Amino acid sequence: MTKVLEVRNLSKVYGPSCMECYESTGPEFSTNICPACGSIVAAHNISFDLCKGEILGIMGESGSGKSTAVKTLFFDQEPTHGSARFYDSNQQYDLFSLNPAQKRNLRNHRFGMVYQNPGLGLNFNVSAGGNIAERLLMNDLRHYQQIRDRACELLSRTEVAIARVDEQPGNFSGGMQQRVQIAKALAINPPLLFLDEVTTGLDLSVQAAILDLILEIQQEFETAMIVVTHDLGVIRLLAGRTLVMKNGRVVEAGLTDQVIEDPQHAYTQQLVASAL
Amino acid sequence: MNTAEATQFGFLDEFAKKEIRRTVLKAIAIPGYQVPYSSREMPMGRGFGTGGLQLTLSIIGRGQTLKVIDQGSDDSVNAVNLRGFIESVCPSVNTTTKTADADIIQSRHRIPELALTEKQVLVLQVPYPDPLVIVEPSEEKRKVMHGEADYSRLLVKLYEDIVHFDEVTISHRYPTCINGHYVIDPSPIPRYDVPKLDQSKALVLLGAGREKKIYAVPPFTDAAPLVFDDQPFHIENFVNQDGQRRACQRCGSTESFLDEYLDAETQTLVFQCSDSDYCSRFLSLRKNSASHSNTEIDNSADAEELAND
Repeated sequence: MTKVLEVRNLSKVYGPSCMECYESTGPEFSTNICPACGSIVAAHNISFDLCKGEILGIMGESGSGKSTAVKTLFFDQEPTHGSARFYDSNQQYDLFSLNPAQKRNLRNHRFGMVYQNPGLGLNFNVSAGGNIAERLLMNDLRHYQQIRDRACELLSRTEVAIARVDEQPGNFSGGMQQRVQIAKALAINPPLLFLDEVTTGLDLSVQAAILDLILEIQQEFETAMIVVTHDLGVIRLLAGRTLVMKNGRVVEAGLTDQVIEDPQHAYTQQLVASAL
Repeated sequence: MNTAEATQFGFLDEFAKKEIRRTVLKAIAIPGYQVPYSSREMPMGRGFGTGGLQLTLSIIGRGQTLKVIDQGSDDSVNAVNLRGFIESVCPSVNTTTKTADADIIQSRHRIPELALTEKQVLVLQVPYPDPLVIVEPSEEKRKVMHGEADYSRLLVKLYEDIVHFDEVTISHRYPTCINGHYVIDPSPIPRYDVPKLDQSKALVLLGAGREKKIYAVPPFTDAAPLVFDDQPFHIENFVNQDGQRRACQRCGSTESFLDEYLDAETQTLVFQCSDSDYCSRFLSLRKNSASHSNTEIDNSADAEELAND
């Protein structure tokens, strides 16, 4: 298995942060707010590896730090501590020591991100096709017809009617917007894809279609993915391995089946029990 | 001491001129990069060509010849006023309407039809220097985008145009890539004039007074309009419904940029050269060759004098 991403001791603290931040927060204290300085320990000591074609699930309640972890990896936020190494074909990058230009370069050329809110990932002032074109243009594709063909191909792949390629995403339903966002993220066949609560708030049939699509993409392009969700069903369907987070800490990690069938940590047990 | 000498030559104080000259040097050194400068107050409103005026006043010297045009014409209000002002603050500077005679040409909206030479400098007045302003409101982010030559969103704009109208609809201020990196807004010149920037023999300086930016297209520098590989850049062609190139109704030229206007009396559309100097020159050449068909082209100079006077 080729490693794509190696994350070690990733931490993110919002606020001034003091010596006691890490010792006095976490699941054992049932809080991620430091009592001494009031800083929020959004994530602490997160370590994992991700291999080619693998889907890693990050599960947890809201505020548990799962989105923060992914946002630091996609450079939306700066981590407080930790390291992350991204292995591209024959190069490797120490993600957090790159300069802003290199970060944007990786973001534009090697990573894909699908946000829960399509407004973050899509530009609502340009058409669906234009959104996909932007991503292709960033990658120096300068041929109008090729861009257009690729946009249509991606939209039909994500089951958005091609007739609507020139419409603005604002006219679409939530599920369609989400699929356009996925098409945009996939436009350049990124080796690493982040999915942040992609199915939250969508109706069940649309959820199923999007999950199918994600699995197909994984099979076809061997894209490594990190799926952030609080939905146990999504984790069960997609993820081979899962991290369970609470109060900014990973409380349990392992094969998804194992985590769901035989939860060890009290919180995971509660989570699994409440879902069934 | 007469009044002309009592005022500072070139209106601006020497420090201001020095600053602008240094800015110009930097702009030439980094082709297409918008160099910020402290645009001075001028005795006219910002937006009336103060950027171009400050450039001209900073680089012009005694004994030099200046031509000022607005929309190709020497006689429009903006050109007349700017020329009058420069004449009054630069007493030993000559002004001309002839493109070929000018050392410095200050212009708004047009590049003269007559090809410029290595000895000339073209100063363009710019209202909006940054082409990215239509896709990114934050200047901080635009600077980063320029630095990384990230013009993908500008190209998305072109993509959208082609999708909706089957062609790029930008008529003037066409985003143009200078020396393979920075994309500039080449002042409101029509598409017709954009190819003139490419490998131009003359130095082209662009000044935005209100936005406090100076940038340059140095001589013999590549200037390529942003396009898709399969959608070539095209200029205004001025063909009528029958596919014929329209001619100027005054001089009959079929090779110039034409202004279109409605004749108030006949209520018909009329086309006329936008470059008035070119139009007069062409007209006198034609008259000359019509009256003495065997005369050498040398004589055209005299006829041109007449036409201009």
